[in-house]
Amino acid sequence: MVGRGRVGRWRDQAVALGWLVLVWSLLWGNLTWANLVGGLLVGGAVLVFFPLPAVSFGGRLRPWALLVFVARFVVELVSASLHIARIAVQPGYRPRGAIVAVRLRVPTDLNLALTAEVVSLVPGTLILEVDRNSGTLYLHVLDTHGPADLDVARDRTLVVERRIVRAVGSSAELRHLDVTSSEKGTHL
Amino acid sequence: MIATVADWLGAACLVAGALLSLAAGIGVLRFPDALSRMHAATKPQVLGVLLLLLGIALRLRSPADLGMILLVAVFQLSTAPVAAQMIARAAYRAGRLDRGLLDADELAERGADGGSAGPA
Repeated sequence: MVGRGRVGRWRDQAVALGWLVLVWSLLWGNLTWANLVGGLLVGGAVLVFFPLPAVSFGGRLRPWALLVFVARFVVELVSASLHIARIAVQPGYRPRGAIVAVRLRVPTDLNLALTAEVVSLVPGTLILEVDRNSGTLYLHVLDTHGPADLDVARDRTLVVERRIVRAVGSSAELRHLDVTSSEKGTHL
Repeated sequence: MIATVADWLGAACLVAGALLSLAAGIGVLRFPDALSRMHAATKPQVLGVLLLLLGIALRLRSPADLGMILLVAVFQLSTAPVAAQMIARAAYRAGRLDRGLLDADELAERGADGGSAGPA
């Protein structure tokens, strides 16, 4: 097991290095040998001097689900922006808010981070605090008009989580999601 | 022909992006407390920047510029929520929020010593 863990870590590092080299080349605007070598050196230095806790990618990419996720994300980003822009310029309007806790069903670091990022950009919600141990997100919901809006925000967050797991999660996580949601009797 | 269409589309994107950024600025100025201001600083602002980038991309149309624009878009998408969360969290912990505007606060119910999660 120890040997496999080492191999996995090396693979994660190699993937990270690949991305850093790509970013470096994009920053320079063209792909030359000098940029490639420079990117390898800079990327290696970043990985050595700024080590991050390993976030292993245990799932697999599902292209169709990923496409659905991106399309829904764009639609929600546009509607969220228009909504905020509208209440920003509406004269004399003071939006009310609320802070709600949402416990995610797949509490892995990667899923927590992705869901937190996306939730901040879709309608009405903003991440306030993350409880990593219990996999709970604390969200600020803007423009609430009553308790019903809080449930809407909660459901919406779980739908976002489901879309992310469908797109990049492992099969086990996806099964877990189906089981828990059918136990609760929610139809997301 | 296609160049003209792209130019006009790019111009439309630039105007739309600028308007959204303006609305974001007005929101940051007008919303009642720090938490609602962060909403304005994430959603319309991010879409505004993305539209501006799309407008620039439609007008420049060279591969080197497209790579750079893509990079800016990715970093914008990934850093704006993080920055907003950091500010919102600091504002909450410092008590700089208007409780009269809150319908519920489930974070307070967790308890003050409920163990801060640390930088997650």
